[in-house]
Amino acid sequence: MKKSIIRASGLKKIYIRGTEKVYAVNGVDLEINDGDFVALMGPSGSGKTTLLDLIGCLDNASSGLLEVFGKDVSKVKERALVGLRRGHIGFIFQDFLLIPSLTALENVELPLYFARRQQDRKKLIQLFEKIGLGHRVNHLPKEMSGGERQRVAIARALAVNPKFLIADEPTGNLDTKSSQEIFDIFKKINKEEGLTIILATHNPKLGAQADRTIYLKDGRAVSREESSL
Amino acid sequence: MNLFSVALKNLMRKKVRTILTIGGVAIAIAVLVSLWGFDTGYQRSLNNNIDKMGYQVLVTAKGCPYEAATLMLQGGGGLRYMDEAVYKKIVTDPRIDKITPELVATAYDTARQQGRGGISLYMGIGNSYLELKPWSKFKAGKWFSSDDANEAIMGYEVAEYEQRVPGDKIFIPGRNEVLTVTGIFERNGTQDDGIIFLPLKTAQKIFEVPGKLTGIGIKLKSMSELSKFEEDLYNEPGIQIISLAQVKGTILNLVSSAKAMTNSVALIAVLIAIIGVVNTILMSVFERTSEIGVMKAIGASRLDIFRIIWMETTLVCVFGGILGNLIAILGGTAIEYVLKAVLPYAPKGHLVVITVHTVLLSFFGAVIMGLIAGLYPAFRASGMKPIEAIRRGE
Repeated sequence: MKKSIIRASGLKKIYIRGTEKVYAVNGVDLEINDGDFVALMGPSGSGKTTLLDLIGCLDNASSGLLEVFGKDVSKVKERALVGLRRGHIGFIFQDFLLIPSLTALENVELPLYFARRQQDRKKLIQLFEKIGLGHRVNHLPKEMSGGERQRVAIARALAVNPKFLIADEPTGNLDTKSSQEIFDIFKKINKEEGLTIILATHNPKLGAQADRTIYLKDGRAVSREESSL
Repeated sequence: MNLFSVALKNLMRKKVRTILTIGGVAIAIAVLVSLWGFDTGYQRSLNNNIDKMGYQVLVTAKGCPYEAATLMLQGGGGLRYMDEAVYKKIVTDPRIDKITPELVATAYDTARQQGRGGISLYMGIGNSYLELKPWSKFKAGKWFSSDDANEAIMGYEVAEYEQRVPGDKIFIPGRNEVLTVTGIFERNGTQDDGIIFLPLKTAQKIFEVPGKLTGIGIKLKSMSELSKFEEDLYNEPGIQIISLAQVKGTILNLVSSAKAMTNSVALIAVLIAIIGVVNTILMSVFERTSEIGVMKAIGASRLDIFRIIWMETTLVCVFGGILGNLIAILGGTAIEYVLKAVLPYAPKGHLVVITVHTVLLSFFGAVIMGLIAGLYPAFRASGMKPIEAIRRGE
């Protein structure tokens, strides 16, 4: 029996845009267990990103229940979410979002600094070699290709040994070949290290390779048929 | 990785912008340091000049006391004469320790200042002159052979300027008199460096003022007797008595009002620099909105972000402080040149004296400036919500 690490029920996130209420996440129930590889699929505006933000403790929910590591975080203020994120959750974004002034290695060291953990360069260089970037350690993001940048971003997310990874359209800006390479890294990490991965994607071909797929439409979890994907 | 290198690398990203901002701070600090340096230097050389006169009291012909002060300090124009009888009358006063009569005279020399013309200063002195100035030493030559010889002793600078050595003949423009140089004084950093000294009687003869003096320098046995001494001389016709302490006070008063104005200029420069730094850093914070969001997503706390931005402004101001001090120290000579040309009275010696104390104080000031300037941008950055920051930046 796998341990449940994320549990949501009736989770809602409502934005006010002008006079209009936007139900970005509109009553989602889900459970993610330790070691899962979950793909969130759905068209633009279906609430994938918002749901990931909530699960990743980047944002607080409007209503409903969200438990991360058994702790109710749905009503926790932004300030307190830092402690949860730091060192527990790894983020990977669609446009990589590396710090442009820092080298690949420095980008990876940054979360360790924020978590006040030891920055073991030797170990980090090994991590770079593992993702095939041994030759890029001291390069700036602008000197690297999209696929390489995303691998640095993955290394940055992994540096703190997180409990789970959140990846929002990690292959959205990459060509097919790089996309598959990145996806393979996720699969490998999940299989070999048992790290939980929650990933949003547009790409049905990639989504199908996850252990489990959650389809979203208009802020709700729906069946595959309903999602019209 | 630490916050220092994150901040530094970020500043390096927009080099021109960072350099311009540092330049703004540097100028403000340079102005500040130069002003403080001028303040220190001016007071120091004024004190030095006045102390090196060797007397505390000057008796002159009645007239404007400021004129008398100028006369005393640089032998300036508007000379008034008093009778030598006054000297003879007070020389025996038991309260006097040392006393010396002086006759200052000027001549317009067309050859001065690379042919632009200028005033040459002459001073008739007696044997007692050196008693009041025991530090005046001969660089070359010796004292006059007699008290009415056609001889001259030159101050260090004037001798240097005219390339004179003892034995040379010098000519007093407009007087048709030739003097033999018997000696040259060593440099002592006062107005004496620029004066050509003559025996008193010779000066009275050449400048056609027999039996006249322009001043009598007096050193009292005790300063506590000064007011009584002044009172006694008060009724003496045609003379006034000036204490150097008063002169010093008068000059410093004049300078201090100018100082208040220049200080406010410096303050404005500092304020403008602070606004410049706030503006630059704030701009850079907004440009990096999504980066700040990412840093928060990967574990940076509000305090971490605050410290990074704060560090950036402080670094800008620290570099500005260092550069500003360098500019002030290197530019001090240039500033001094300008000041000497502009000021009504500039004492001899270095006008701008930048002390270690000044440098440290201004550097500390720059750090404080950075800390103040950084507060608002750092506060803005640290308050950004990660999710909004990331999305807004996209």
